[in-house]
Amino acid sequence: MIKIVKRDQPSRAIFFFTPVLAIFLTLVAGGLIFFILGFKPFEALKFFFIVPIADKYGFSELLLKATPLCLIAIGLSFCFKSNNWNIGAEGQLTFGAIVSGGVALLFYEQEGFYILPIVILAGAIGGMLYASIPAILKTYFNTNEILVSLMLVYVSKLILDYLVVGPWSNPEGFNFPETRQFSDSAKLPLLFEGLRIHAGIFLALSAVVISWFVFYKTYLGFQMKVSGFSLKTAKYAGYKGKKMIILVFLISGACAGLAGVGEITGPIGQLHREISPDYGFTAIIVAFLGRLHPVGIIFASLVVAITYLGAETAQIFMQIPKYTGQVFQGMILFFLLASDYLLFFKIKFIGSKK
Amino acid sequence: MHKFLIRSFVSSLVLLFTLTVAAVAKDVKAAFVYIGPTGDHGWTYQHDVGRKAVEAAGFKTTYVEGVPESADAERVLRQLANSGHDVIFTTSFGYMNPTNKVAKEFPNVKFEHATGYKREHPNVSTYAARFYEGRTILGTIAGTMTKSNVIGYVASFPIPEVIRGINSFTLAAQKVNPNIKTKIVWAFTWYDPGKEAEAAKALIDQGADVIAQHTDSTAIVQMAEKAGVYAFGQASDMDKFAPKAVLTSVENNWGPYYVDRVKAVANGTWSQKDTWHGIGDGMVVISDLDSQMPADLRSKVKKLQADLASGKVHSFTGPIYDQKGNLMVAEGKTADDGMLAGMMTYVKGVEGDIPK
Repeated sequence: MIKIVKRDQPSRAIFFFTPVLAIFLTLVAGGLIFFILGFKPFEALKFFFIVPIADKYGFSELLLKATPLCLIAIGLSFCFKSNNWNIGAEGQLTFGAIVSGGVALLFYEQEGFYILPIVILAGAIGGMLYASIPAILKTYFNTNEILVSLMLVYVSKLILDYLVVGPWSNPEGFNFPETRQFSDSAKLPLLFEGLRIHAGIFLALSAVVISWFVFYKTYLGFQMKVSGFSLKTAKYAGYKGKKMIILVFLISGACAGLAGVGEITGPIGQLHREISPDYGFTAIIVAFLGRLHPVGIIFASLVVAITYLGAETAQIFMQIPKYTGQVFQGMILFFLLASDYLLFFKIKFIGSKK
Repeated sequence: MHKFLIRSFVSSLVLLFTLTVAAVAKDVKAAFVYIGPTGDHGWTYQHDVGRKAVEAAGFKTTYVEGVPESADAERVLRQLANSGHDVIFTTSFGYMNPTNKVAKEFPNVKFEHATGYKREHPNVSTYAARFYEGRTILGTIAGTMTKSNVIGYVASFPIPEVIRGINSFTLAAQKVNPNIKTKIVWAFTWYDPGKEAEAAKALIDQGADVIAQHTDSTAIVQMAEKAGVYAFGQASDMDKFAPKAVLTSVENNWGPYYVDRVKAVANGTWSQKDTWHGIGDGMVVISDLDSQMPADLRSKVKKLQADLASGKVHSFTGPIYDQKGNLMVAEGKTADDGMLAGMMTYVKGVEGDIPK
């Protein structure tokens, strides 16, 4: 007989095991779906998860894709750890890209070592400004940050639309909705000849190190953790809640803004309407799959990044619809949430009595 | 003796070359990159119909759908170029820069970019359709069928192609009905059923009883059906989505061009081109005319179609005036392709300003 028993305390081993279990279950379910659709499951999974990263170029593309996901998810982990539900990273990314893109356009056809740092900084500030809106509204007017941050995503996209269609559109571009190409000094340097992987990866890696230090070595990290477990306890302990809310939103916004900078000054090189395939939303999956732990987030961003690449490869070589990539992302989150049940409950097998 | 040797050497080389080409010809693989899903019943759907024609002509094809115009486009293109595709069709304007970038790295792969204007490398061609010819037909129908003399037009982006369409439509409508006004709503999207339906509703509320569209979803014709006004299908025959509202559709017919170009790659005769085909070349097709249209209008439209195809009638024949009354094209003249390609002013009779 099977019996389900509540655990006295959430199991720490299970805490880090369930993401792996979720990925495994996703693979099994994915294989099953491929089988039902009439594809050879193992071959399909091979094209999905192995072929895209089998060579140097593919691996560099994986890192390129994982960079914004990792950066945003690290930022989000500051919010999520302290019970602040910032759903609007996509908007903060967009607004960061707008501000940094505007600065990059100011330096059109100018060269100089000082341009790139200003462009990057502008992106971080843009993201922070945009994240401060839900933070301030939450702290001083008690609004729901989920709604505010989410709605602001659409606002930011409309602002971007307006700018690239109107005032910032390329004067030589027949009014098509895009800006001029940035000058080389406003672009992130490439790391290797012939590959697209750029210096933005160092931004992501520094964010990983800094967040680890803050989470586990500072008083702020401890405060965030306590607030995450119980807001009442945090209040009782006398933590300054408002300050912390604003701070985590600013950090999160800066990270998302930097991810936007990485896209427009990296592989894209200009502003147009589609600078991000919803990295800001996908990064929420990444943050939870990585258990809000900096190292976990690195792995999670790689796993989720590969679902994008794999979907393209699977369509090119096996004619599997490309949208299965999103199905995989959805399944990972679903299985993760489902298997989190095991954190609080355990399954006991009880031998039948004679 | 010497000459004979050289000659036979050259001819055997030529023979060898022809044989290789013949052997390779069947193996030519074409790839298509789509902005939307193949089931959008608009832009991408029609490109995929074209791809199937290439397949039917005996060539292997591959496609990738839903490729965003973000940093991802470049990777998809490179992967297709890397995996043995000889010609790659990139079917959205936003792929222009990635197409040219990847084309530079793969000089042996041919790239065909739809609706763009950059051909930075000898292996990049561009192609587009003279949709404005189809809009001349729609304008003629709209001008005849309207009772309120207000015609609605849902536009996507204020680029020359769309402005040209609005102008050609309005000129044709004025010709049959000098009192008409064209009201424009800019949706700032190519495909967003929600936004498009809203735009159509706004126009209907302002008294428009015929709606034209330069966006891709079926939402507008469905909204027209609900409101009991007329509409025209875009990109594909949308009659089945709104049988009462749709009078006809302007179909994008890419198949013949695609087959042509893939064959050219196979024969080794492919060269850089900027193609702009209309009704005459069959790239723009007018669907069946609805029986709600009076018989004399239908025969008039048929004749106009034939005249546009033969070149007897040009969509932009003078005199054409802009909104302020300045002469754009003199009497007896037609607008040349250069003027059409950069058209950024409304003709007289269009209401409002071009968003800047």
